[in-house]
Amino acid sequence: MISVKNLTHHFGPIKAVDDISFDVEKGQVLGFIGPNGAGKSTTMKMLTCFLSPDSGTASICGHDIIRQPLQVRSSIGYLPENAPAYSEMTVNSFLNFICAARAIPRRQRKTALDRALQLCSLNPVKNQTIETLSKGYKRRVGLAQALIHDPQVLILDEPTDGLDPNQKHEVRQLLKKMAPDKCIIISTHILEEVQALCNRTIIIAQGKIRADSTPEKLKTQHNRPLEEIFRTITQN
Amino acid sequence: MNGFLTVCKRELKSYFTTPLAYVFLVIFLVAIGFLTFNTGRFLGVGRFYENRQADMRVFFQAVPILFIFLAPCTAMRLWAEERRTGSIELLLTLPITPFQAVLGKFVAAWIFLAIALALTFPMPLTVCYLGSPDLGLIITGYLAAFLMAGAYLAIGSFFSALTKNQVISFILSVVACAFFYYAGLPSIMNLLASFLPAAIVKSIQAVSLLDHYESLLRGVIEIKDIIYFLGLIVAWILSCTIILNQTKAA
Repeated sequence: MISVKNLTHHFGPIKAVDDISFDVEKGQVLGFIGPNGAGKSTTMKMLTCFLSPDSGTASICGHDIIRQPLQVRSSIGYLPENAPAYSEMTVNSFLNFICAARAIPRRQRKTALDRALQLCSLNPVKNQTIETLSKGYKRRVGLAQALIHDPQVLILDEPTDGLDPNQKHEVRQLLKKMAPDKCIIISTHILEEVQALCNRTIIIAQGKIRADSTPEKLKTQHNRPLEEIFRTITQN
Repeated sequence: MNGFLTVCKRELKSYFTTPLAYVFLVIFLVAIGFLTFNTGRFLGVGRFYENRQADMRVFFQAVPILFIFLAPCTAMRLWAEERRTGSIELLLTLPITPFQAVLGKFVAAWIFLAIALALTFPMPLTVCYLGSPDLGLIITGYLAAFLMAGAYLAIGSFFSALTKNQVISFILSVVACAFFYYAGLPSIMNLLASFLPAAIVKSIQAVSLLDHYESLLRGVIEIKDIIYFLGLIVAWILSCTIILNQTKAA
C-alpha cells in the first residue's frame, strides 16, 4: 500500500533523508526507529505531502505523492509530531472541522465523530477547549483527528509521547485492533513500543536505513536485547 | 471549494471565540469616531461638524489611515500563528490545496473587516439625520473602504506567511501598506521627483492605492479602479501561496 522509492531530502547542506526505499503492505505495523534527527519525521512529512522530496518519490494506495497530493492526503490519517491542533477550539468543534475538511458527508459526520471520540476515550472532555487539556488528552485528540475518516493508511509521529503507562497501553491496544485491515507506520524512540506493537521495524540513522526486519528476527540474529542492537546499529 | 469554505468558516469563528474580535471592534469603532470628529483638519479636510456638509468625506479619509495599522493586526496571525503552533502541518496535510487555505483565511479576515465597517452604520444614519447626503457617494465610499481593506489584508497575509514571528509580520505589513498608500501623495511625489527620474516616479504613483481610492470616493465606479484593487489582491494572495509552499516546513 505504501511504496517508497529513493526518497531524498536536504535541509541546506544536511542530508536529512538519504535515498531510502521500502514497501509496506496491508496488515503491517511498521515501527520507524532511530535517534533524534535521523530523518524519521522528515520521511513522514514527505509521505504526507507536507514536504516535497528533492529526488525520488513514493506512492500511497496507488497515488503518487508528487503528482496526486490531494488523493494521497485523503487516504492517509496523519498525526504530526507534538499533535498540533487549534487550541481555542473545543474537541467537538475541532473534530467537526476535520470532518468538513475531509469532506465526510454531513449525514455520516455524527457517526464518524462518535466513533472517534469512543475509540480515543475522549467523551468526558468533548466540550472542553483543547488548550485546557492535559498532554495525554491532546495527543488523543490528535489521534482521533487522524482516525476520524477511517483511513487505509495511518502515519503516526510519536503517537504515545507524553502519555502515561495506562494511556500508552490503551493506544497500543487500539492500534493493534485496527492493524489487520490497515497499513500503519509509527515513529518512536521507545524500543519497548516496537516490541509491543510492531510486526516490522526499520532502523534509520543519518538519513539511511540501517536495518529492516522484524523485532523478533533482530533479537535472534544478534542474540542481544533490542536496545543494544539499536545502539550498535545507529552509532556506526 | 469545500476546502476553501471549511477553512474560511473555521477562521472566522476563531475570531469570535477569542477576545480578539471584540477588542479589535471596540478599538476600531472608538478610533474611527475620534478621527472623524476631531482630527479632520489634520487630514486636510476640516472637522466633521465644521464642514457643515452632510457627507462622509472625513470618515472615508480616516478609514485608510486607521486600516494601515488595523488590517495588519488582523492579518499578522493568519499564518505566523499556524507556523508557531505547528498547526500548519495539520492544515496542509488535510486534503486541501495551499491556495484554498490561503484564500479561505484571507476571505475570513476580509469578512471580519467588512463586519467592522458595517458596524460604523451610525455614521451614515447621523449624516442622513442632519441633512440629505448623496447616498451614492456613501455607497461608493464604503465600497472603496472595503476594497482598501482587502488590499491591505492581502499584503498582510503575505508577510504573515513569511515569518513565524507575528511582530515582524506586523511591522513589515504596516510599512508595505503605508508605502502603497502614501506613495501617491503629492508631497511624497515631489520629494521623489527631486532625485528620481520622472518615469520611475510615475510608475510609483501608478501602483499607489491613493489615486484609485480617491476616484472611488468621488463617486465614480470605474472598471480600472476595481481591476486595480482586485489585481493587487490576487497578486499578493498568489505570492503568499508561493511563499507558503516554499517555506512551510522551515
